[in-house]
Amino acid sequence: MKAKRFITNTFVHILLAILSFIWVLPIFYVLLTSFRKESGSYKSYIWPRGFTLDNYANLFKPTSQIDFFRWFTNTLIIAIFSTIIAAFFVLCVSYCMSRLKFKMRKPFMNIALILGMFPGFMSMIAVYYILKGLGFLETGVLKQVALVMVYSGGAGLGFYMAKGFFDTIPKTIDEAAYIDGATKWDTFIHVTIPMSKPIITYTLITTFMGPWVDYIFAKVIMGNDTKYYTIAIGLWTMLEKEYIEAFYTQFYAGCVLISIPISILFVLTQRCYVEGLSGAVKG
Amino acid sequence: MGALKKNKLQTTSGRPSDASVGEAISKGNVLTRCSLFVFGLGNILNKQIVRGLIFLAIEIAYIYYMATFGISAIGNFMTLGTKEQGQTYNEALGIYEYTAGDNSMLFLLYGVITIVLTLAIIFIACMSAKSAYCTQLRKERGMHIPGIKDDLRSLREENIHTGLLALPIIGIIIFTIVPLIFMILIAFTSYDHEHQPPGNLFGWVGLDNFKTMLGQGSKLAATFWPVLGWTLIWAVFATFSCFILGIILALLINRKGTRIKGFWRFMFVLSIAVPQFVSLLSMRTIFNANGPVNVLLRELGMLGATESIPFFTDPTLAKITIICINLWIGIPFTMLSTTGILQNIPADLYEAAKIDGASAFVIFRKITIPYIVFVMTPNLITSFTGNINNFNVIFLLSGGGPDTLDYYYAGKTDLLVTWLYRLTITQKDYNLGAVIGILVFIILATLSLLTYRHTGSYKDEGAFQ
Repeated sequence: MKAKRFITNTFVHILLAILSFIWVLPIFYVLLTSFRKESGSYKSYIWPRGFTLDNYANLFKPTSQIDFFRWFTNTLIIAIFSTIIAAFFVLCVSYCMSRLKFKMRKPFMNIALILGMFPGFMSMIAVYYILKGLGFLETGVLKQVALVMVYSGGAGLGFYMAKGFFDTIPKTIDEAAYIDGATKWDTFIHVTIPMSKPIITYTLITTFMGPWVDYIFAKVIMGNDTKYYTIAIGLWTMLEKEYIEAFYTQFYAGCVLISIPISILFVLTQRCYVEGLSGAVKG
Repeated sequence: MGALKKNKLQTTSGRPSDASVGEAISKGNVLTRCSLFVFGLGNILNKQIVRGLIFLAIEIAYIYYMATFGISAIGNFMTLGTKEQGQTYNEALGIYEYTAGDNSMLFLLYGVITIVLTLAIIFIACMSAKSAYCTQLRKERGMHIPGIKDDLRSLREENIHTGLLALPIIGIIIFTIVPLIFMILIAFTSYDHEHQPPGNLFGWVGLDNFKTMLGQGSKLAATFWPVLGWTLIWAVFATFSCFILGIILALLINRKGTRIKGFWRFMFVLSIAVPQFVSLLSMRTIFNANGPVNVLLRELGMLGATESIPFFTDPTLAKITIICINLWIGIPFTMLSTTGILQNIPADLYEAAKIDGASAFVIFRKITIPYIVFVMTPNLITSFTGNINNFNVIFLLSGGGPDTLDYYYAGKTDLLVTWLYRLTITQKDYNLGAVIGILVFIILATLSLLTYRHTGSYKDEGAFQ
């Protein structure tokens, strides 16, 4: 019996080791290539002939077409603004859906469900023409404003997660506040919001991560305005035919640089996600 | 039904602000009925000047808009333009000059905007009648008639949802609903690469696009059905493979005998934390014809010096490769959520089973598995619909390729959504893209309706309240 258990345990550990090796391998390849000394894309060997930090250093020396640092700040600004707006929208809508009873509540939730079933970028072209019609695609800065609006405009539809969280806050807490003479607005600001830290953090971080990884909308709106690119389309550009030979290793260096903050944020969301799921009031 | 009736009775005698539009029109006085056409009339004459003036201002703005622009916009919307861009010979300069024609696309867009504004104005008309009726009731009952200050105060109390929802809903209307209506309408036009404004006009074609897409014989239909087939096969394989293998992985890590659980979890979760376009793009290079995998096989002597395995260029192999790479992405997600569920299984269930003398295998089969399946079913449905719309994986890995001449601008691994992307962005066949979008919606809506309504979260939405 003991021998049998020992064999299964060993087998499981070996299996896990092999699997996690496979899982980490692509990430390791990204790291390896980012430090590779020889430029150019595909090589007829795997292990680099030499290592260097130049790929990282060169990222911060802008050329006319590739300007990593600028793309980074562009994305940061867009992300911050759209996060603030989107999080505000999500919190407002989910609070209403969870706490308030009004006629349009159920219809609104059904409409949100239906809208969510259309492929997201089906309406992209229409959004593009609407923004163009409103004159938002004239200059680069306005395009950035447009991108912020695109990322945050429809955010109110993604209220399900936060609504589920608000549902777990006992109604009695609200009622106690009303008895003390608080208006509903006061209750929302001074009672519900402070109790909702995990879900607010979760909403903030998930919307913040959006602009860093989206490139479809960004590409359609930005067009060829490389100066105002976000990081995702910027990196994508590096893999285009005319740049790939020169920027292949730098592309990977850029990937590593933005993966680090995103991974950290991701770990944070996981923590908030678990806390958010377990509800506001611990029993 | 009984509850509904009771509700109605209550509103009639209840608070004036709960009255419905129908009631306002049937029971209201002349002033109230007139408020349906002259916004704010009832309010202004009953000393609610500011509220009434706001209503009136909105109506005047709308009438001004319709008179100057809206009515012609509706007319143009019907025809989508009649005057084609022309060329006239300018004899003085000796060149051809373009004369501006109608722009069908803008006509369609302005038409949609005008229609949405009109719907909004009908809504506001109802609000105006309701507001007038409410004031009328208050006056009849000798209640206090709220001024603008009371109105503003009510935004923090009983009307708080109006204030909180106003901005988000405006955002949703502009960035989701209007574009969606616009695209749905495009599905019924001839807006393809041969009819591009401003050079050419496009017009209404009714259901023609749907007929060619779903019918027999045309190249479009010959593309649509295989692509739909592959989309469904992909969704089934991608969902269930990740689901089952992810659960197995979670069980392996969470077994009693497994050491350093946190370490194993970390190794797998690492792949989620890296942004998808980074990991997928590097996967694409890894499996490229000259990528590291082929190079490794060459160095090991399993392939000749110039041979390579066509991971993304052979149709069947490309499909298998994509499903396998998707495992790399999907398994950690399932692993993560299953781990959470495993830790939440009530311990007393296990203890009770042990006392009854159940073996470890029976406990696993009768408690663990049913529990996971029960909790994960909604998750399974969402990931299935998510996979039907899984743009990232296909677009970043194979880009839909390998391309084939049998299809209308689609590759062998294209899903409906990536085909939609190609048709709209590169091919500019907007009408076909819109048709696909609508069809995807129909598929998803049917699937969700069939399954979602049976899940617990839909049935007892108010369980917590």
